[in-house]
Amino acid sequence: MIRDITIGQYYQTKSVIHRLDPRVKLLGTLLFIIALFTYNNPVGYIIGIIFLCTVIKLSHVPFKFITKGLKGIILILCFTVLINLFLTPGTPIIAFWKITITYEGLAVAFSMILRLTMLIMGSSIVTLTTTPNNLTDGLEKGMGFMKIFRVPVGDVAMMMSIALRFIPILLEETDRIMKAQLARGADFESGNIVKKAKALVPVLVPLFVSAFRRAGDLAMAMEARCYRGGDGRTKMKPLVYKKRDAIAYIILFTFVIVSIWLGRWSVITDFFRSIYMNLFGCPL
Amino acid sequence: MSMDIVKTDNLVFEYIRRDDEGNPVDVTTALDHVNIDVKQGEFVGILGHNGSGKSTFAKHLNAILYPTDGTVIVNGMNTTDDDKLWDVRSSAGMVFQNPDNQIIGQVVEEDVGFGPENLGVPTKEIWSRVEESLRAVGMLEYRLKSPSRLSGGQKQRVSIAGVLAMHPKCIILDEPTAMLDPSGRKEVVRAIRGLNDVEKMTVILITHYMDEVVHADRIFVMDKGKVVMQGTPKEIFSDVPALKALRLDVPGPTRIAWELKQKGIPLPDGILTCEELVREIEKCR
Repeated sequence: MIRDITIGQYYQTKSVIHRLDPRVKLLGTLLFIIALFTYNNPVGYIIGIIFLCTVIKLSHVPFKFITKGLKGIILILCFTVLINLFLTPGTPIIAFWKITITYEGLAVAFSMILRLTMLIMGSSIVTLTTTPNNLTDGLEKGMGFMKIFRVPVGDVAMMMSIALRFIPILLEETDRIMKAQLARGADFESGNIVKKAKALVPVLVPLFVSAFRRAGDLAMAMEARCYRGGDGRTKMKPLVYKKRDAIAYIILFTFVIVSIWLGRWSVITDFFRSIYMNLFGCPL
Repeated sequence: MSMDIVKTDNLVFEYIRRDDEGNPVDVTTALDHVNIDVKQGEFVGILGHNGSGKSTFAKHLNAILYPTDGTVIVNGMNTTDDDKLWDVRSSAGMVFQNPDNQIIGQVVEEDVGFGPENLGVPTKEIWSRVEESLRAVGMLEYRLKSPSRLSGGQKQRVSIAGVLAMHPKCIILDEPTAMLDPSGRKEVVRAIRGLNDVEKMTVILITHYMDEVVHADRIFVMDKGKVVMQGTPKEIFSDVPALKALRLDVPGPTRIAWELKQKGIPLPDGILTCEELVREIEKCR
C-alpha cells in the first residue's frame, strides 16, 4: 500500500520533451504559471489550453498519467470553487436563504478551476518527462546565480538528489518495520484517526533511528570518496544547451508574450483608451 | 623492492567515553600498537572476530579516524596531515559493509562517476574511467540500471567500481561480504581477486570469513586490538588450535586435513583448498 506513493514520478519514453534541457522545462513551467494567472478573458485560456495540449501530445505521455496528478488536489479545487462561488460580490443569479451566487462568482470559480487544473497538468509534464537527477541538475545550473548570495546551490542539489535516491529505500524499510510490528500484534487498521496515528509511533521511531544511521554511513562513504562540497566538482553529465533548446525557448517566449497580450486584451485596450482620453479629451 | 603503500607504526587508537563535564569515564583501546605494512600489488587479508579492531583499523587508512598515538603512512603521506587529507582519501579507496548506504547515484554509471566528479576529473575522462572500472568488476552491462534493482553482490561490485574509478593506489574493503548471501559473496570475492591478479591493484581485505583470504599474499590476524598472528595463508592456517582459540573458523579443507592428521594420517600442515587436500590424500594411499 505504501508503495502507491509516487513522488516526482517519471514516465519513461522517448520524445522531444524528454530530451529538452531541464532548465528550459523549469523556466517554461514558471512562465506558464505566471501567464495563467494574468489571463482575464477566454482567449488567453484557449491559447493556454492549445499550448498545453500540444506539449502533452509531443511528450508521448498518456493523458491519464497527467490527470492522475489532479486527484490529489480535488479537495483544494472544490474548496476554492465553493469559496469563490459564494463569496464573490456582484450581480446575483440565484439567491436563497443567506447564499447568493453571482455572475462574477461563477466566472471567478470557473477561471479558478481552469487555472489550477492547467497549473497541475503543466507541472506534472515536467516531472513526468524529466528524471529526478536531471531535474536537480537543472535546478543546480538554473539557480547558479544564487551563488553570489552565498547560497550553496551545489550542496542543496546534492541533498535533493540523495533524498530522491533514498525514497524507495526508506519506503521499503517502512514496509519492513510495519510487517515486523504486525507480526508482534500491532494493529494499524482499526480505531479512529487518533488511534491510527498513535499506532504509527512504533513504526516511525525505528524508521527515524535507521534513517539517521544510514545518513551517518552515507556521509562517511561520501567523504571516503572525496566529496567536499559543490566547489571544484566536475560533472559526468554536464548540461549543455542544444539547438532544440534554443527553438523551445523561442516558442516558449512567443507563447507567453502572445497569450498574455491576448489574454489581457481588454486591460490593454482600456489602457490605450485612457491615454487617448487624456491626450485628446474625448473617447476613441 | 617495491615501496610500502600502507605502513602503520605502533598505531594506537582509544575510544574515550566522556561524562557531561567532559571528563573521561571509560577508555576502550580499539587498536593497541598495531604494525601492519602493505606493499604495492599485494593482497593482504586482515582477519578478526567482531570487536577485534579490524574496522577501526580500516578507518585509519582512509583518514576517517586519526590515531591516538603512532602514525599511519598511506602512499608516503601521514594521515594526520590536513593538507594531504584528500590525497590520502583518493589514494586509499574504501569499500564499506552495507551496499545500500554507500551508493549515491540513481543510475549505476552515475554512482561510479561520483568519485571522479569530486576529484575534479574532466568530463571526458570520467566517462572512460567509469567504463573501465565497470568492466573490471564485470558490471558494464548494468551501467544504465538503477542500483535498487541490483542484487547485493552486484551492488557491492558497483561500490568497488566506484572506488576504482578514483584510480586509488590501494583498495581497502571493510567486510564487503558481511551482508551478502553465499552466491553474492563468491561474486564479490572473485571480483576482488580479479582486481589483484589482472589490474595488479593493491588490496586490503578485512573480513571474518577465512575462505576469502586463502589466496591472499599475507594475512594478519587481529584480536582485541592487537595483531596476534601474521604470515602467509599456509603459515596461518597450519595453526588450527590457535585460530580456534581466537574463535575463528578455519576453511573446510584445512579443518578436515587437520582432523585427519589428529587421527594419525600423515598429511602436511596448511592445506588450503579442496584440490590440495585431494592430492595429498591420494599421495597417502
